[in-house]
Amino acid sequence: MELLHVRSLNKSYGAHQALKDFDLSVEQGLIFGLLGPNGAGKTTFIRIVNQIIEQDSGDIRIKGEPLRMRHVRDIGYLPEERGLYKAMKVTEQLLYFAQIKGLKKQEALLRINRWLDKLDLTRWKENKIQDLSKGMAQKVQFIATVIHQPDLLILDEPFSGFDPVNAEIIKNEILELKRLGTTIILSTHRMESVELLCDQIALINRARKVLDGPVKTIKDEAKTNRFLVKLIPETPTMSLPWEDVVRREGWVEFTVELQGRQPNSLLRELMEQGEILGFEEIIPSIEEIFIQKINESHAG
Amino acid sequence: MPGKILLVIKREYLARVKKRSFLLATLITPLIFPTILGLFLWIALTDLPTESRRFIEVVDENNAYFLESNEMYAFSYEGLDREAAKVLVEEGQRFGLLYIPRLDLENPKGIVFYCEETPSLTTIASLEAALEQKIEELRLFNSGIDPAVLSALKTDVSVQSVIVGEPGGDRVSHAVVNYAVGFIAGILIYTFIFVYGNQIMQGVIEEKSSRIIEILVSSLKPFQLMMGKILGIGAVGLTQFLIWIVLIGAVSSLVMGYFGMKMPQQQLMEMSGQPGVFPDTGQQDVGEMLQLLQGIDFLQLTLAFLIYFVGGYLLYGAFFAAIGAAVDSPSDAQQFMFPVTIPLLIAYMGLFIFVLDDPNSRVSYWLSIIPFTSPVAMMGRVSFGVPWHQLALSIALLVAGFLVTTWMAGKIYRIGILVHGTKVGYKVLWKWLTDNN
Repeated sequence: MELLHVRSLNKSYGAHQALKDFDLSVEQGLIFGLLGPNGAGKTTFIRIVNQIIEQDSGDIRIKGEPLRMRHVRDIGYLPEERGLYKAMKVTEQLLYFAQIKGLKKQEALLRINRWLDKLDLTRWKENKIQDLSKGMAQKVQFIATVIHQPDLLILDEPFSGFDPVNAEIIKNEILELKRLGTTIILSTHRMESVELLCDQIALINRARKVLDGPVKTIKDEAKTNRFLVKLIPETPTMSLPWEDVVRREGWVEFTVELQGRQPNSLLRELMEQGEILGFEEIIPSIEEIFIQKINESHAG
Repeated sequence: MPGKILLVIKREYLARVKKRSFLLATLITPLIFPTILGLFLWIALTDLPTESRRFIEVVDENNAYFLESNEMYAFSYEGLDREAAKVLVEEGQRFGLLYIPRLDLENPKGIVFYCEETPSLTTIASLEAALEQKIEELRLFNSGIDPAVLSALKTDVSVQSVIVGEPGGDRVSHAVVNYAVGFIAGILIYTFIFVYGNQIMQGVIEEKSSRIIEILVSSLKPFQLMMGKILGIGAVGLTQFLIWIVLIGAVSSLVMGYFGMKMPQQQLMEMSGQPGVFPDTGQQDVGEMLQLLQGIDFLQLTLAFLIYFVGGYLLYGAFFAAIGAAVDSPSDAQQFMFPVTIPLLIAYMGLFIFVLDDPNSRVSYWLSIIPFTSPVAMMGRVSFGVPWHQLALSIALLVAGFLVTTWMAGKIYRIGILVHGTKVGYKVLWKWLTDNN
């Protein structure tokens, strides 16, 4: 089922176009990566979905319905720039955030206790945020985002500011939420950090979507059919039939294209030239694919 | 959706009321006045009975100025010369020495008061008054008028003003009481707007700088957030104000009751000034005072105070919220304070210069009608009595005024809260204000 549907979204700030004819379709229960450099338009898009700002034109549907104020109940949002009321107690604060999302007090308190227990914060529930460590405050922030069990969770640069231990905890919670059916949009400019987490991605550059689809498909399509080979030649000085051979101490390194052959038959050919140290398909990272796409679009 | 505004109001209210500093400010501020009052009364009480009359030696080269002794000063005429009398002062036998050289009655000069310590202004003033009276008498006498005859002719007149045409009969009015009521009410509203307006601004800046704002506006409309904050903080102010009224009333009556019973009427009168300032004291004045207080339309006054208190706060509160949203730190807010400070200052100055001086002048009228100055200025007029149709016009304009400022503030607030690290000037504010989406 399509959870979020976006058609020809446009938004500009004065002369600056932040989003141009932006389309997006996010299926339910997936982790969707929204990738692109800073200033590409990610945050603008997220703010529009959160109804913080309004689009100039374009159509947004959530669960098939046109986006309305009541949908704030269905969305959880962790902004890139985030904070808490420092002088408020943990429970008080979470209760406030839950209530302004539309949760009833009793229900909210039950959930708050469950989450505090889960993230090991129960003993701090009556403490003010200013008395907590940064890591603990970040966990509270995460709870505030998910406390109302949103169908759609939007996380803008979720791992920035988290220490590695907490980042891991949060990552596991995200995966758990996904198992429970939550749809998650992850937005980041650090593409390598979410490549493994995302089922689908969209690449954004300069207000436009450059590319989108399942991570696997995108990667398969970007395959170059080239392999990186490391081997020790029969004799150190023998001439090799490949281009761009880099000679190391006692071994050489180069790339070969399959050119219609099967990898195994290529490997057999290579084995005749010496002892194989390494044989690995070159798969471009999402970032490399992104850069390549942008270069193509500039050239075209 | 109004439920969400209530949530914001509740949070803003509780976050402030639960603070220790709120409790301290609320309890200590009203105690200050009665405490100071009590302290003075205590000093006066413990001082007065032990205070003996001060002896002042008079050396009069004219042999004509016989000053009459009173409760404060006793004048002695030993007939010494100036230097010998000075010795008396130095030895402490006399509080001071008043030296009167040969005087030209048309142009009396050269009178000196010698004293061990710097004499108080009241001492000098009472000596001057006594001398002036004597010189006047001498001059009257020289002109052939007997001072005794003249004083017999003197009559005390006090004009009582009565406002005609009020429903329920003519009403006794009294400028001093009205002045005091208008003065206090005007100042209270002025102070309230500034103190709590600043809290609104600080609150908005806090939410902006701690980056809570983006989470909040993903759940609430910016307008709900802004209104919730303004109303919540206003409720804090009203709470504080009510507690103060109760406390001041309770503590003051305790203090006054305690000292009032111990203090004879006569001493109270003496303490309030030099003897003789109030020629007729006694029951009659108290009755007149009560009548005057009854003459003030307390229903109108209280209602007007509440309306202008709340209306003025809302009108300016919107401005403070907009300023908070436009800046990143309180120090940046200075540049935008002008449009808030100037009209308030005009209202404040206008209250003293025009309104309290002549509540019915043209300037006073306009100051009390224009929404930006009316909360302070109208309070200066209400105790003097304002026609209902003027009140209605002023209040209607005030309501319209805060609807407009709130609408304007909402437009600036909505955009400002999401802008970080950009220097915002009036030009940018205007752009936000006129931005239509």
